[in-house]
Formats: sequence, structure tokens, C-alpha cells
Amino acid sequence: MVTTAQVVDLVAAVRDPELRVVTIGELGIVRDVAVRDDRVTVTITPTYSGCPAMDMIRSDIEAALHAAGFAEVAVDTVLSPAWSTDWISEPGRRKLAEAGIAPPAAGGHRPVSLSLTVRCPRCGSPDTEELSRFGSTACKSLRRCRACLEPFDAVKTL
Amino acid sequence: MIRFGDVLGLADDALIAAQRLGEWCSRAPEMEEDIALANIALDQLGAARLLFAYAGELEGHGRSEDDFAFLRGDREFRNVQLVELANGDFAVTMAKLLFLSAYQRLLYDRLAGGTDERLAAIAAKARKESAYHVDHSSRWVVRLGDGTDESHRRMQSGVDAVWPYTHELFEGSSADLREPWLAEIDKVFAEATLTRPADGWAPTGGRRGLHTEALSRLLAEMQVLHRAHPGATW
Repeated sequence: MVTTAQVVDLVAAVRDPELRVVTIGELGIVRDVAVRDDRVTVTITPTYSGCPAMDMIRSDIEAALHAAGFAEVAVDTVLSPAWSTDWISEPGRRKLAEAGIAPPAAGGHRPVSLSLTVRCPRCGSPDTEELSRFGSTACKSLRRCRACLEPFDAVKTL
Repeated sequence: MIRFGDVLGLADDALIAAQRLGEWCSRAPEMEEDIALANIALDQLGAARLLFAYAGELEGHGRSEDDFAFLRGDREFRNVQLVELANGDFAVTMAKLLFLSAYQRLLYDRLAGGTDERLAAIAAKARKESAYHVDHSSRWVVRLGDGTDESHRRMQSGVDAVWPYTHELFEGSSADLREPWLAEIDKVFAEATLTRPADGWAPTGGRRGLHTEALSRLLAEMQVLHRAHPGATW
């Protein structure tokens, strides 16, 4: 018999398809997991309204639960309260930084701040510049470190 | 009380803006800008989908997001004419995006604090994205306006060309948003050394289904696949 806590862990361990180094648990988008007999209902929230990874995340959750023996899996989406980058856990931020992706600044619930310092995830220098506000995905911007000259992705504060 | 038509109008603004911005894909002046415009289009499309889903529930006839996007004729669209206008050059596109996103941000701010919980939840997500759209477009308007003689001339002419269409944004219940919107636009214009055009001709009708020929052309391209192969998936 699989306990609810184990199901929660299973769901939380699903990897984000675009930020492969973090799980959806660390990303903070899992809002609820309800288990009834062999039926599981998972509730998630989108990062961005148009995030194209949502369908992939949904099917990855279903696959993980089917593999664990649950015949019926439903994945619902809720919008409120709106996700912000503050929902990314500390371990999640650390893993992003270790993978060379600058984690977002804290305080995403405030209006967009334009003067945030983003530290280079490689050398730690605060002397970095924005190359493009929109990077390889909607949630990231493209930056360059002026100290070590390496370009890097940064998760935008939302 | 939020009406079906109001939600449909917001959804159509976002959908048509997304389709127009998507046209820049592979054609933008530089690669970073190509990605930026595609991402902004994706934000708009995401908001449109959420709004269509809600509109469908309000209407109660079981229409889906796809039904709204692909199976309506031009007279059934409720978007403002501003978003359907052809992209023009890059300056025209940036003027359109600045005017639209500054309006959307003010509107979503209001809806996020409103009594309709569903709309409040959609708006609370979308307004943060709108803030990025305003930031992106205003930077370009400033860069072009306060750039070379040529870029200044083209930015001013882009602003002049679409300005008449901004009046329609503030019809009806959003009339009081024009003042804060103007304050924001004036700030950008000042930094961009641009002149705010005089108010005069104010085309209208989009919210009642009256559109320019540009919308018909856009819909022809957007809907052709779905109409030729109903229910197609990949």
C-alpha cells in the first residue's frame, strides 16, 4: 500500500521539462495531491500563463503515477494564488545556480524591479549585464558576466 | 457583474495580438528580439486561452477555446481594431505593443482586485507578464525615438499611424483608465523625444464586431488549417 506521503513525493519528484535540474516540487507548482483508493488528483499551477511546458508536466505526472500503479490520474490546474518565483525552494535555487542558471531574486510579488543585481552563477561577480530580457524560455533572461565574460541564463523574477 | 461579451473582448485582444506578434517569428531585426516577441506572443496566447475557457463557461453552450479561436467569422470577434492592424515596420509593432500592454496592465490590475474571482485569478497572473511587455516595448520606443534621425522619424510615424486606434481601448467601463494610461505613455514619449499626436479621428466598432480588412486576412491564415482538417491534432 502506497501512502499519501509517498504519492506526494512521487509527484514532487517529476522534473521540470525546461529546467531539467529542478523538480516541480522544488519549483513550487504542486498545489495539492489527493488520493482516493486508486485514484489520484493532482493540482498544479502554471508559472507563466502561456508556459508551453504545462502539457508536458501534466503527462509526466500521469506517467509517474501510472507507473506506480494508479489507474486513474487527474491533473487539475488552479491559477490562484498566482505563482511567483518566491515559490521556488532553497534547494531549487541552489540547484539552478549549480547548473549555471542564476536563480531569481526574492520578492517577486513586488512590481517588476529593473535594477536588481544578478550575480554570475559561475564566478559570483555582481558585475553582469542583460543581453536580452527574454531568453530561451519565457521564464528566463539572457545575461553576460563582465568579470568572467561568460553568458548565462537567469530565471526572471516574477 | 461580468458579462460574456466583456471577457470575450479581452480574450480576443490577447489572441489577435499573439497572432500578430507571432508573425515576427524568424523575421525580427535580431535573434534576441525574435525570441522576445515569440515569448510575448506566448504570454498573450496563454492569457487568451484562460479567458476563452472562462468565456465558454459564462456562455454555457459548451464552446471550447478552439471553437472560439478557429470557428468564428470576423464579425464575431470582439477585439479592438488596434491589435488587428498589420505589423507595419518594427516601430509600428513596438508602438502597438506599448499602447496595448500599458492598457492591459492597468486593466488587469483593476480586475485582479475585482469581485469576479475567476477573472481576478487570471488577471493576477497576466498583469506581471504585462509589466514585462510594457518594459520591453517602452525600451524600444525610447531607443528608436531617441536614436538616429531615421529611427526617430520612423518611430514618430509609427506612433502617429496607430494613435487614432488607441481611443477604442477606453470605451465603456475602461474610460477612466485613459488618464493613468496617458501619464505612462507621456513619460515614455518624453524620454523618447516623441510628440504625442493630437486626438482627432477615433475609429471604433471592434467591440461590436466591426473590423478592418486586416482582421479577415489574419483569420484566413490563422484558421485555415483547422477549417481544412477539423479536429486535427499532432
